[in-house]
Amino acid sequence: MGILEVNGVGKNFGGLKALSNVNLSVKENTVHAIIGPNGAGKSTLLNCLVGKLIPDTGTVTFAGQSVLGRKPHQINQMGISRVFQTPEIFTHLTVMENVLIPCFARRDGSFRMHAFETVANEHDIVEQAEAMLKDVKMLDKRHMLAANLSRGDKRRLEMAMCLVQEPKLLLLDEPTAGMARADTNNTIDLLKEIKASRPITMAIIEHDMHVVFSLAERITVMAQGTPLVEDTPDNIKGHPKVREAYLGEAQV
Amino acid sequence: MFGLDRKDTVFMLIVVVIALSAPILLNPWPAASQMAQFNAGYPDLMQRFVVYGIFAIGFNILFGLTGYLSFGHAAFLGVGSYAAVWMFKLLSMNIIPAILLSMVVAGLFALVIGYVSLRRSGIYFSILTLAFAQMSFNMAYSVLTPLTNGETGLQLALDDPRILDAANTTNSLPVTNLFGAEMRSSVTWNVGGWSFDFSVGYYVCAVIMLIAFYTSVRIFRSPFGMMLRAVKSNQQRLNYTGINSRPYTLAAFVISGMYAGLAGGLLAAMDPLAGAERMQWTASGEVVLMTILGGAGTLIGPFLGAGFIKYCENIFSKINDQILHQWFALLPDWLENTLVTVLHPFIGKGWHLTLGLIFMLVVVFLPGGLVEGWNRITGLFRRKPKAKPSATTEPAE
Ligand SMILES: Nc1ncnc2c1ncn2[C@@H]1O[C@H](COP(=O)(O)OP(=O)(O)OP(=O)(O)O)[C@@H](O)[C@H]1O
Ligand SMILES: [Mg+2]
Repeated sequence: MGILEVNGVGKNFGGLKALSNVNLSVKENTVHAIIGPNGAGKSTLLNCLVGKLIPDTGTVTFAGQSVLGRKPHQINQMGISRVFQTPEIFTHLTVMENVLIPCFARRDGSFRMHAFETVANEHDIVEQAEAMLKDVKMLDKRHMLAANLSRGDKRRLEMAMCLVQEPKLLLLDEPTAGMARADTNNTIDLLKEIKASRPITMAIIEHDMHVVFSLAERITVMAQGTPLVEDTPDNIKGHPKVREAYLGEAQV
Repeated sequence: MFGLDRKDTVFMLIVVVIALSAPILLNPWPAASQMAQFNAGYPDLMQRFVVYGIFAIGFNILFGLTGYLSFGHAAFLGVGSYAAVWMFKLLSMNIIPAILLSMVVAGLFALVIGYVSLRRSGIYFSILTLAFAQMSFNMAYSVLTPLTNGETGLQLALDDPRILDAANTTNSLPVTNLFGAEMRSSVTWNVGGWSFDFSVGYYVCAVIMLIAFYTSVRIFRSPFGMMLRAVKSNQQRLNYTGINSRPYTLAAFVISGMYAGLAGGLLAAMDPLAGAERMQWTASGEVVLMTILGGAGTLIGPFLGAGFIKYCENIFSKINDQILHQWFALLPDWLENTLVTVLHPFIGKGWHLTLGLIFMLVVVFLPGGLVEGWNRITGLFRRKPKAKPSATTEPAE
């Protein structure tokens, strides 16, 4: 049994079958990549995992508990954090505040009436956030407005916001899209470090095969709303079906 | 100090000094001079400044931080006034129980309205709050007449029980007081040509306003306040970060409702009667104007906006053609007459036009309100900051 079990999940948008009969099992403490052409339903699948969408059919369980019917904040509190395909950050807040919020969410749960505390005096939390920003090499930008960051920095910030929660399962939707080569490599190194330093499961959607093959221990290939094959990276590389559905296209 | 950092402490102290010396600061012109009509340092107007300041500071906790624009906040003000007058009728003319009850009642009322309205956001939220407020206004006029005394408004009567007060042996209505100190009593200080009024009512309101303002500063700097700003910035991200935004917005709504109730209670404490018109949608719109004009999301902006609007309302509306003729008396007749004709629509009853124009100018050129204007002016005189990335979000004073 994996930490994340997706069974027979289907989702239709009007007449469009975005997902049909998706089965996926992600083993604890592995990096599991999901690849596939545009419109394959990869993001839709993640949406079904974090409570953004409710699948029409099937079940999703995380660590033995169903996530269906739970609100996004409850699913996050179970230990699932997600990096979105287009960065979702607090653009009107500073970089530091962006990271402080998940720190408070982790310490205080989904609601706490802390109206008479002062953010600056919560030294543990501030240290935690600063350490995280240092890890993603953004400490010098901590007073900047998040809206003024470059695209790559916005992604790194969002990743920092997720990582600082120390989630059990981290979902990454194209974390390096729009990043410069050097930043992509930094991101790979960061994720490797995180992976080595503590128990964490990652599910990563990525078009950049360099990233996929640097990180993934298992790969699922999706096309047209269903998983085609699931295997180790080495086997996937040579798989004829995969070449046909995806890799051929990506290498053009 | 008091849980504030140095910058906020200094800022708070400045506000304290200004509030306490307002009777002097707002009366810069000698009483006999031409300009005396621009003096705002009389108790009635100063009380309005601080009471509506409290209203706007509270409104800003909801609108400025979370971005939820309520068009029904006057309902809480009105409810607060009714609650306070009932306290004066039943319990005591001491204002403490009255304003406590007005906060509690307005808070409960806000809990109910907020619980329903916050199920929607954006324009739907605004419409829901507007609908609730209009409903309360109409009910106060009609079916709730036993509680509100309908169109006449709720007033004191000689035969009210007032169980805590000594029996009223005089034949006049009792006056509101704070442990015996009458709200309307004041000391006048004449120096040179100036005349300054220090009234109990103003100082009571000012101290309460300072407490309310301090509370709002603490909320702004707290994790709670940060969550509220996060709601405004990206509610979806907040939810996916494990925060349930609903109780946060509801708490902000109730807190701002209690501020409104407090303001309503203080209005009644200054003048113990309450009418339904206090709940009308124009009154709800006014606090929106105050907040935006001063600078939504800033600490002091809403208070400045409230002061500005109340000043215009009371001072501009008093200027008439005769006064204009006096001002321009030195000019040639034709110029004098032209000027008076041109300015006529903007003064007296036309002060709304002046206010509207100012409001439009501020929104177009200073989206951050008067506070942004102030920051730009001081920015001109400050040395260019070093090339360090600085935050503009910091809700500066
Ligand atoms: N909310 C929605 N309403 C209607 N159709 C949707 C919605 N979300 C996704 N779709 C459709 O479902 C299909 C799968 O979309 P999805 O975003 O999951 O693809 P993807 O695999 O993430 O692609 P990409 O690599 O481009 O991100 C697409 O055809 C998309 O247009
Ligand atoms: Mg996608």
